[in-house]
Amino acid sequence: MKYLDEYRDGEIASKIVAEMRRIQTQPWLMMEVCGGQTHSIVKNGLDHLLPPGVELVHGPGCPVCVTPLEMIDKAHAIARLPDVIFCSFGDMLRVPGSNGDLFTIKSEGGNVRIVYSPLDCLKIARANPDKKIVFFAIGFETTAPANAMLAWRAREEKMTNVSLLVSHVLVPPALEAILASPENRVQGFLGPGHVCAVMGYSEYTPISARYKVPIVVTGFEPLDILQGVLMVIKQLEEGRAVVENQYSRVLDQAGNLPAQKLIGKVFAVGDRKWRGIGTIPMSGYHLREEFAAYDAERLFDVAAIATLEPAICISGEILRGIKKPHDCPAFGTLCNPQRPLGATMVSAEGACAAYYAYGRHLNPDALHQIALDPVGASSFNEGRH
Amino acid sequence: MCLAIPGKVVETYDQGGLRMARVKFGGIVREACLEYLPETQVGEYVLVHVGFAITRVDEVEAERTYQALKDLDQLTELDSPVVDEMSEADAAQQETVSRFIKGSNGNEIP
Repeated sequence: MKYLDEYRDGEIASKIVAEMRRIQTQPWLMMEVCGGQTHSIVKNGLDHLLPPGVELVHGPGCPVCVTPLEMIDKAHAIARLPDVIFCSFGDMLRVPGSNGDLFTIKSEGGNVRIVYSPLDCLKIARANPDKKIVFFAIGFETTAPANAMLAWRAREEKMTNVSLLVSHVLVPPALEAILASPENRVQGFLGPGHVCAVMGYSEYTPISARYKVPIVVTGFEPLDILQGVLMVIKQLEEGRAVVENQYSRVLDQAGNLPAQKLIGKVFAVGDRKWRGIGTIPMSGYHLREEFAAYDAERLFDVAAIATLEPAICISGEILRGIKKPHDCPAFGTLCNPQRPLGATMVSAEGACAAYYAYGRHLNPDALHQIALDPVGASSFNEGRH
Repeated sequence: MCLAIPGKVVETYDQGGLRMARVKFGGIVREACLEYLPETQVGEYVLVHVGFAITRVDEVEAERTYQALKDLDQLTELDSPVVDEMSEADAAQQETVSRFIKGSNGNEIP
């Protein structure tokens, strides 16, 4: 059954790619901004299927990757405190700070816990009244409703031993920062599907209009991504620039209104630093003043931690679509997932880590040969067996 | 980590004023908060991200999405330890953390 599906998927993929070839008259460059999409593109070799001249670059779509090193160091400083139980999503545990990762801290006696839901922190707090429970609240808009609920409930229940170390980032300001740069190469975006399931996609309309770029909200399955790319090419070829929704079977323009409402009550938008990119104005969430008693940055004295990123790392240019992993002399040599030098290698959903995981550091020249393969869809199911 | 995982709601209940559900993902049942989709009924399918249902989908979409996430090794968050209100004890964490490192699908988390 699975093979039949894959065969059918391969056939549909060939048709979508054939349509791209039919309508495309010039080179186009577009960016996805979702770590899940990046992973799907690289794993399934979708970028190899595109017609020559249609290029995908991989934007800042992985929240683990863009969490600044100093924030990770802050987290580690708090996690090392003897009266703290430090709670985090599993993805953050292996991300190295200036001195080890959360696993190291745990092995040295720190109380570090992986949680599935932010609400788990409330249970841990009730069971450990003599400890301070600190949750590392990272993520894009998809994760914000869950993290907001933790702060909201902690305050409702008047808990005194729970706080959040917030490092929340927002997709639309990142798109603006990329487009506003004089070096920008990006001509269209695949919008992040599950982010928009929460937020809807109205906030992308002014960006699309101001910078005259098509933005197509897209799912993460291989056919979704190919269809999203086709929709962007179509707009570019027709000289249009609007927001379209490829992923209408899952989301609509409004998003999840109750979630947006609670996010607004708990968080305020403010400036945020993005690893590899720098500070982007009004690009992240901070706890509102009413939740100051739950803000770990205020409760723990970890304000001024200075960090230094390796000069060789080009993750900032990769995240802005100016370069790709192969353009980095350290890619796969000095820098690998075991010893990452920067943002795009620290998590599996980063562009460099994804390229590395699927062997692209071994033979970069093969990419160009595959891109010119006239059959197109032949490699579509590679890696799925 | 921004992808949501589809599952079937098998039970709904109130937990300290929060609307909650037991949601079945493949063979794993986990707790999810329904506060953002309060009208969700038993038998419906929802996309769940870090323990919160964010949108409803139909059965066909749920099945497709689940399979696609499995192909991408993106189901590991389901292997995070269960924090149980009653037996919450530090002794449990050692085992659950090591279980997380090797996901249920047998893949090492990179």
